[in-house]
Amino acid sequence: MMRLRPVPLSSPLRLFLLPFLAMLLAVFAAAPVKAQGQVDISPIVAKFANDSYSDTSDALVALSATGSPRAAAVVDALAAGNLVFDPATKAVYIRTPAGMADPATGAIVAGVPANLPAVRTNNRVRRTIEAAVGALSLLNPDPGRRMDAANAVFKSRDAAALATVESAIAKESLPAIKEALEQARAAILIGKADAPEAERRVAIQKIAARGDQESISLLRSLPADSPPALKSAAEAGIAKVEQNLKFWAVAQNVWYGLSLGSVLLLAAIGLAITFGVMGVINMAHGEMVMLGAYTTFVVQELIRQKAPYLFDWSLTIALPLAFLFTGLVGILIERTVIRFLYGRPLETLLATWGVSLILQQAVRSVFGPTNQEVGAPSWMSGAFQVGQMSITYNRLWIIVFALMVFFTLLLVLRRTPLGLYVRAVTQNRRMAAAMGIRTGRIDALTFGLGSGIAGIAGVALSQIDNVSPNLGQGYIIDSFMVVVFGGVGNLWGTLVGAFTLGVANKLLEPFAGAVLGKILLLVFIILFIQKRPRGLFALKGRAVES
Amino acid sequence: MNRTRIIDRTGGIFLIVVLAAAVLIPASNLLLPPGNPLHVPDYMIPLLGKYLTYALLAVSVDLVWGYCGVLSLGHGAFFALGGYAMGMYLMRQIGPRGVYGNPVLPDFMVFLNYKELPWFWYGFDMFPFAMLMVVLVPGALAFVFGWFAFRSRVTGVYLSIITQAMTFALMLAFFRNDMGFGGNNGLTDFKDILGFPISAPSTRLALFVLSALALAAGYLLCRALVTSKYGKVLVAVRDAESRTRFLGYRVENYKLVAWVLSAMLAGVAGALYVPQVGIINPSEFAPAQSIEMVIWVAVGGRGTLVGAALGALIVNAGKTWFTGVLPEAWLFALGALFVLVTLFLPKGVLGLAASISQRWNARPPSTAPTPSATPAE
Repeated sequence: MMRLRPVPLSSPLRLFLLPFLAMLLAVFAAAPVKAQGQVDISPIVAKFANDSYSDTSDALVALSATGSPRAAAVVDALAAGNLVFDPATKAVYIRTPAGMADPATGAIVAGVPANLPAVRTNNRVRRTIEAAVGALSLLNPDPGRRMDAANAVFKSRDAAALATVESAIAKESLPAIKEALEQARAAILIGKADAPEAERRVAIQKIAARGDQESISLLRSLPADSPPALKSAAEAGIAKVEQNLKFWAVAQNVWYGLSLGSVLLLAAIGLAITFGVMGVINMAHGEMVMLGAYTTFVVQELIRQKAPYLFDWSLTIALPLAFLFTGLVGILIERTVIRFLYGRPLETLLATWGVSLILQQAVRSVFGPTNQEVGAPSWMSGAFQVGQMSITYNRLWIIVFALMVFFTLLLVLRRTPLGLYVRAVTQNRRMAAAMGIRTGRIDALTFGLGSGIAGIAGVALSQIDNVSPNLGQGYIIDSFMVVVFGGVGNLWGTLVGAFTLGVANKLLEPFAGAVLGKILLLVFIILFIQKRPRGLFALKGRAVES
Repeated sequence: MNRTRIIDRTGGIFLIVVLAAAVLIPASNLLLPPGNPLHVPDYMIPLLGKYLTYALLAVSVDLVWGYCGVLSLGHGAFFALGGYAMGMYLMRQIGPRGVYGNPVLPDFMVFLNYKELPWFWYGFDMFPFAMLMVVLVPGALAFVFGWFAFRSRVTGVYLSIITQAMTFALMLAFFRNDMGFGGNNGLTDFKDILGFPISAPSTRLALFVLSALALAAGYLLCRALVTSKYGKVLVAVRDAESRTRFLGYRVENYKLVAWVLSAMLAGVAGALYVPQVGIINPSEFAPAQSIEMVIWVAVGGRGTLVGAALGALIVNAGKTWFTGVLPEAWLFALGALFVLVTLFLPKGVLGLAASISQRWNARPPSTAPTPSATPAE
């Protein structure tokens, strides 16, 4: 525990230490003034020597009001039965393994007999001890412990702690802890029938301003015999908090929706380009995602065995490997199967479905049917709070990642020769061929690119989904819906489609439930396709009519 | 235009085989002693009956895919709906013999605290009504779906995907407990059908014979349809939809008729399937099931009807054999089948047989090319 005692320093050392001290002061400025040990607690401690329960209780209350760290030691010793006194001299000591210590300074006192009687406690005193421990932690020099103590009081709403809380508020200098203390005070005041009405009204407003589920139950706990003015204030407070919670619930759902949308985007984006360019619905696309996830698993296993210090980099290492591996598998599939089926899109669908079955069973045979453990690097675990919603880092990273992949792909399609050829083939295959573009090669590369993107989607999805041979199956239908909804041949359509469907899905969930929400969305897509048979952003031109 | 005979040579052989099976297999089961090598054991009867319902289902898929160019990835939905209609009848037949002994409510409803029968269960205690629903429910769904889809000119891959979305949505819906269809357990524990105990060998034989007759009738119906003038227009729609439209045909109506009829046939197949396997649950709606149906047709030969039935029998016999002997290898085999058939057998087994026999017969200078219903996707 950090004690901020003024220490005389020689000048060069002072120059060196001052910035640090300033920093420490900034951090620990919260340490209450009285916690600095200036208070002499010995007069209070002397009361313990009377060994009467009422004197002990009085002494405890007085001790807790000092907030001195020595007071905490005394209270702890009393609770443990280590506070002893000499009936002859009325001197009080703390029994420590090193010998008898002076309660006020903590220094070991020599020549004290070891068999002194302990200060007795009964149930009432023990309760006082508990309150004193709580109060002393409110005054503890460590800000973290003060915060915990304030939150504990907020939860317990113990009216006995009110005086201590108020004195702690007066001494507190860290705004966050002061706020917590004031909320704790308000929580106590709400239930305290003998407190002045004006103060209780302020307390109600304070609690309502907190705006979470806790404050609703607090406001509900307002005693039934409270004055009507307070009751209506509480009602208004509850209404306000509920409004606030509703807003945050929607915000949270939008966030979940964006997160789901990013997952859909990752899964569908590769499908969108293969479908857009080659008119092929690649049923094995989900399996490419799965292979990417398994690549991550293998990379992590190797890192665990050979170089555990690289674990935080495992995803970064897995990304290019997954892209290359699934991209190569994709090119292989294109060269051996799809190449022979051009112009027969429905049969390509069947053949790639066959490929997907083979890939699934192959992975099942090699790795087994069970889920594989894929760990999260430290920078992807944990969460933080924005208002009333919590945001996990892995979801946040996946959204960022999905957008990065999207814009990279957009750049590739807009700014590179490959992209130019791909767009040419998409718009008019025969004309592109006539202009000297080797459409077969473009097809192979596009298919490889789409599969590779599925692979890196798999790396991301390994963080939030079970890595099992069935991983891809869960995404394939959703990916189709995104592509079909967004429209073929336009990446922006896929982006808009993915996020629209993701957000709509999550916004429907609270009203309709997860399953019904999904059903409604599917029905919506079926109806939407009736209205716009070629999706949201349909490609125009003669070529698409074929 | 030559008038195509309704029963050509292949169809004739097919009908004879199916009808012979309907007679000979029960005869072998009943008359031959169990030791005889030609004896068909009891356990085979519902298995073969199941294959026949699959064959009927495949014929219905072929009608829309082979002749009308609509690749349905959602035919499992029609099949399962027919199955559920039959299952609901069978559930009501259980009556007070259920675990909870409730005379009206099926067990799962008692278990889920239903107080009274949901309205859509009314009437299913009557066999004729249930049989009507077997064709009407899939037919109505197909009509609504097709009405919108064909009118909006949703075609090709888009149509396939929304049929898949349809069956996927239905699967999710039927998995819900509060839909009133038994949730993920589905409907099972059937006791009897029309008063006959459902697992008695004689009932199973009867169901087998019925399945064979239904297959033959379904085939004849489809065949009559595709050889009629209507069928010619249907093939025209498949091969050049825009051109047919410009010639003045109402393409969407032609498609709709075939589509609804196909859904009804699938419903009948489902209704015959359920009493023979003893259960219907939402996994029948799974998109993967529907895709598998398409491969039956592709294996047998698309656009031939007989081939579809043949493909269903071959693939399912293969599945039974593989999952018994080499369960690991079944998905490899099925996957390879998908790839190899689409790559090397675009006309399926039947097409292969036809081209072999044609080469055999055509060693003297080649005759006029036989008019074949080859799909040109």
